[in-house]
Amino acid sequence: MLIKINGKENEINAATNLFELVADRGLNQDAIVIEHNFEIIPKEKWEAIILKEEDNIEIVSFVGGG
Amino acid sequence: MSFYDIYTRYKDLDLENFLSDVTDEDIAGALRSEKSSFEEFLSLLSPKAEAHLEEIAQKAHALTLQYFGRTIQLYTPMYLSNYCDNECLYCGFNAKSIIERKKLTFEEVEKEASFIASTGLKHVLVLTGGSREESPVSYIKECVRILKKFFSSISIEIYALNEDEYGDLVKEGVDGFTIYQETYDEEIYKRMHPSGPKKNYLFRLDAPERAAKRGMRFINIGALLGLNDWRKEAFFTGLHAEYLQNKYSDIDFSISVPRIRPQTDNFKPKHNVTDKNIVQIILALRIFLPRLGITLSTRENAKLRENLIPLGVTKISAGSTTAVGGHTYGDSTNPVQFEISDERDVAEIKNMLLLKGYQPVFKDWMEI
Amino acid sequence: MEDFLRIGDKIIKNRLFIGTGKFPNKPIIKDVLEASEVDVVTVALRRVDAEADEENVLNYIPEDRILMPNTSGARNAEEAVRIARLARASGCGDWIKIEVINDNKYLLPDNMETLKATQVLVSEGFIVLPYMSPDLASAKRMAEAGAAAVMPLGSPIGSNRGIKTEELVKIMVDEIDVPVIVDAGLGRPSDAVRCMELGCDAVLVNTAIATAKDPVNMARAFSAAVKAGRLAYTSGTGETSEIASASSPLTGFLRDEK
Repeated sequence: MLIKINGKENEINAATNLFELVADRGLNQDAIVIEHNFEIIPKEKWEAIILKEEDNIEIVSFVGGG
Repeated sequence: MSFYDIYTRYKDLDLENFLSDVTDEDIAGALRSEKSSFEEFLSLLSPKAEAHLEEIAQKAHALTLQYFGRTIQLYTPMYLSNYCDNECLYCGFNAKSIIERKKLTFEEVEKEASFIASTGLKHVLVLTGGSREESPVSYIKECVRILKKFFSSISIEIYALNEDEYGDLVKEGVDGFTIYQETYDEEIYKRMHPSGPKKNYLFRLDAPERAAKRGMRFINIGALLGLNDWRKEAFFTGLHAEYLQNKYSDIDFSISVPRIRPQTDNFKPKHNVTDKNIVQIILALRIFLPRLGITLSTRENAKLRENLIPLGVTKISAGSTTAVGGHTYGDSTNPVQFEISDERDVAEIKNMLLLKGYQPVFKDWMEI
Repeated sequence: MEDFLRIGDKIIKNRLFIGTGKFPNKPIIKDVLEASEVDVVTVALRRVDAEADEENVLNYIPEDRILMPNTSGARNAEEAVRIARLARASGCGDWIKIEVINDNKYLLPDNMETLKATQVLVSEGFIVLPYMSPDLASAKRMAEAGAAAVMPLGSPIGSNRGIKTEELVKIMVDEIDVPVIVDAGLGRPSDAVRCMELGCDAVLVNTAIATAKDPVNMARAFSAAVKAGRLAYTSGTGETSEIASASSPLTGFLRDEK
């Protein structure tokens, strides 16, 4: 099914949860913050969020900036 | 928050000690400073500063030119009524004085206003004694309605009002407001005002704020010099003005430096305030608050007034009388609040200013 | 008596704040921060590029420093608030530098949107430091809204032109009750000295350090400059008098007084 990640359409397996999404992408779970449909989801709750069609995910992390 | 909170912070400071410890270096530092601290202000008021008056005057003069140019605003006081419920020890109109009590009828107000307006003046200051019964706010409002026909700016110097009353008067057309705390010292204040509504120190102290909140555009404060050590009174007047200016930055503030004048009851002021002292007060205030207006009434004589003008004065009265209806009826038999020392009329004052290189300003403001 | 800066519940000893953008590589950020001993470090929040192998900048920031994420990328208050919440959710503290820029030509901040964001974020318990254009009225409103400091720009971001807004910043220093921190546009350590001499409470520098030939030593230079300027300010400058030779005496008339 199609979901949006960081503004881009992505094809993922149905019934994936957020935790799995992060792991699949090889991201460091301690260094990122996730917004799921405009709601910030704390790390402990990632496993409980089952992704649905047309979900909007933002994955952000700190980078250098002034 | 009220100025009283600031006053209590400073009132217990050992001002006498501070003032006597001021050095020549402190004065030099105060003159170099771009923005005076309260310590620098105090040092300019100290006895040490008396030896440096010319240097201080040069800076005050330069600041006045920068912020005000060479203009002096003219106004005159118009006494509406001398009925009073207060027994202030220093005042010619105090309730215990046996004087002829008078209150202008609306016809007389019109006549007086018309005469004043014919001299060219457009700014008038109306005064009443402290009597809510004889000169209630409704009476004053009606007078203002008449005065609006003749003047572009009307200020009031009356008994302290509550916020709503100030609001009402502003709506009626009053844009300026003068009130003197007389003395910031609570003990002396108590002694000077033994009876009458003016007894209430705090109500009077907070009056400028009430007026500011309701839209007055010009607010003038001051202490009656001679009731207390003038260095302290000048200091607190300066702090009061600074507090108001910071809080109500859209209002024009000014101060007056009234010195007690002999009046009918022969009240002898405890503290002597010399011409030199008046000079020092004006200079120190000008440097502490560069954008503060400084008003000079005709309590002072002609020569002194002329000499004070370049030192920081921005507004003076002309053709004055402190008798009710004095402009129409004269004041030879009419009781006066205090004696006038500069009796020149408007035309003479205008010429004096022009000769001194100053532009007399008759109309500085109008409501459209 | 120690002269420290207090913001929120933190005591800051070094009045130089450093931004971490534009560095040639991440490891040098660590050297810069260690050499300059700064307390406050700014970072930005960006979308993680899932494909690339981005190393987290946090790995190069010593743990005892105060992290100040900015809301760069936000073009309005709503976006700034969103970014701020995301930043806080990472668990790095409550500090946030509000940066709302919808002008891509000069990168000048939008004071109105910044004020709106300040109001919302203060109510959510953030320690808010808004980056703004030095306008006294806006700064007063931000301070009244609860901003922990205000950060007026010295000159446009990256321009390295120094403190071109000196007059307006000085007015803010005189009139605002919260700390005034000049941010953006400072190109040389002497610019930082000037800011501190004026009475500013701190400065934030990024481009000038990050793009110097030797960022580590440049950071040391800025740190020393900030200390020098601050010491000069607290010692009171003894400037030469500007009063020209006296015109005719103004107080001569008093000599006749009895």
